[in-house]
Amino acid sequence: MKRFIPYLILVLLLCWQAILYSQERFPRPEFESGYVYATNQMPTQRAPGWEYLDVTVLVIALAVTSWLALKKRSRQGLIWMSVFSLAYFGFYRQGCICSVGSVQNVALALFNDGYTIPLSALLFFIIPLIFALAYGRVFCAGVCPLGAIQELTGFSPLKLNKRVEIILASIPFIYLALALLFASTNSQFIICRYDPFVGIFRLNASYTMIIFGVLLLLAGIFVNRPYCRFLCPYGVLLNVFSRFAGRHLTITPAECTNCRLCENVCPYNAIIPSDLDQKKENPEKPRKQFIIYLILIPVFALTGALVLYNLAPALARVNTNVRLAGEIRTEKETGIESASKAVIAFKEAGKTEAELFSEEQVIIQRFRKMAPWAGVFLGVSLGIGMISLTVRTRRDEYKPHQGKCYSCGTCFKYCPVKVTT
Amino acid sequence: MDEEKNKYQSRRDFVKKAGKLAIIIPLALIPVALSKKVSASGYVWQIDPFKCTQCGQCKTNCILTPSASKCVHAFQLCGYCDLCGGYQRQGVKNISTAAENQLCPTAAITRKFIEEPYFEYTIDEALCDGCAKCVKGCADFGNGSLYMQIRHNLCVNCNDCSIARTCPSNAISRVSVKNQYIQKDKRQK
Repeated sequence: MKRFIPYLILVLLLCWQAILYSQERFPRPEFESGYVYATNQMPTQRAPGWEYLDVTVLVIALAVTSWLALKKRSRQGLIWMSVFSLAYFGFYRQGCICSVGSVQNVALALFNDGYTIPLSALLFFIIPLIFALAYGRVFCAGVCPLGAIQELTGFSPLKLNKRVEIILASIPFIYLALALLFASTNSQFIICRYDPFVGIFRLNASYTMIIFGVLLLLAGIFVNRPYCRFLCPYGVLLNVFSRFAGRHLTITPAECTNCRLCENVCPYNAIIPSDLDQKKENPEKPRKQFIIYLILIPVFALTGALVLYNLAPALARVNTNVRLAGEIRTEKETGIESASKAVIAFKEAGKTEAELFSEEQVIIQRFRKMAPWAGVFLGVSLGIGMISLTVRTRRDEYKPHQGKCYSCGTCFKYCPVKVTT
Repeated sequence: MDEEKNKYQSRRDFVKKAGKLAIIIPLALIPVALSKKVSASGYVWQIDPFKCTQCGQCKTNCILTPSASKCVHAFQLCGYCDLCGGYQRQGVKNISTAAENQLCPTAAITRKFIEEPYFEYTIDEALCDGCAKCVKGCADFGNGSLYMQIRHNLCVNCNDCSIARTCPSNAISRVSVKNQYIQKDKRQK
């Protein structure tokens, strides 16, 4: 048997050659005039290594922003930081690479063997979270280009109704769960696809995305930072990490005098008032609610898992192969030839339908496996969110809500307290 | 009162510390889990010309206008034909460089006489809009020496290539930064 192997390889090689040259219908001409073959210029992307410049700029920008927000307390400085980040990460680097989208690269790398994540993408994911853990959401304040473009266009902030805000603020959780699900199943990067401002950075995008981006910016004039508050999936992570921040921006440089001057100035409803002059509430009712919600968390998680498990085949249609399989199936059922480019390409490529359908089943199985976890995440987040509504902390000062505060520094100038040196 | 406050305070501190640990540990685990899946250099997007079906979506679906994917000519494969399927419209009456005979809608292909009966065809990249009509013509009637490539002096290297998302034949994938082009003539050598 063994001695046949070299012959087998030879036959295979010959077949390979035949396949390669099969398209060469016309022989290569033998020139007599001394013609020299032209060569193609193959220009490359900027050399690898340049992305570490981006990482360095990210770290420096985060450090400077932290210093400006926590130590220098300069709103002016933070605005200049936003201008810089918008210019560098936005218009110069054209919105890629960004931390918001890097969430998907991490998910894709964690659950797929074929993909290796660029180190720079991993760093862009982790570094802002580390800074959030140390100093709050300084990334949002002056480093994120998406935040910066909204920060610079939020001219006349309106106060949103609290209930509306709570409902809208749940969208990012759903967005994050779906984005992680689609990325981990190697289907799509929806955060990048529906990034509203990247088209503005590149001055080039599809019509609908430009309209979406401009509408968001226009809305942002009145409801500041609409993307950050009601869409940004990375903001969910920053929100959680910032709640446990070691140090955080403060409204007052020294001791709060409860003058209430800052009470209504935060465009993001992120200032928690002191409750010095409020009557002590009966603690029984919230305590009961707390316990009920605590019991409800597993119920929510289970419900979420069940709902998403059943939605998995529908969600799997985001994957191109699953969609193609669906199209081919309807084509067979109706007998009408599909005009879809994917179907035509599929027929040309010579893959069998059975192969495609088995591939489709594998992908749907993956969705069935991953989707319940997205459901659990959503359920637990809902439970924790409801619990946090019942918890009342007693405080004798005005403080920023560490999860919601973008460290933008708008409140600085409203505080009459000055540091005495 | 003070004692009560202390009790609350210590409980709150405990919750805070536990929460902090609960988020730090997964964050620290991510780089550990990915330690074998990290590459120092990144990747770029490229079209595999052997999978491409010349559907024409490269022209319309790139976030750039005109598209970053353009036609490239593998001279080593070309037959230097007089009647070129990539240059001439199908069924032309006489072979000439007249505009009405050209397949390319932007007149990005120049035809140059070399010697009887050979003609050289070159792509003017500034004019090419990546519609792939010539690529299809060459693949159908010729040697397939015209093929689509993403030009990396133009491509902004999106995290999620929008042509790749809609490519019907899954011909676009991430390739290593070291080999940014899949050249038809290079692979045949």
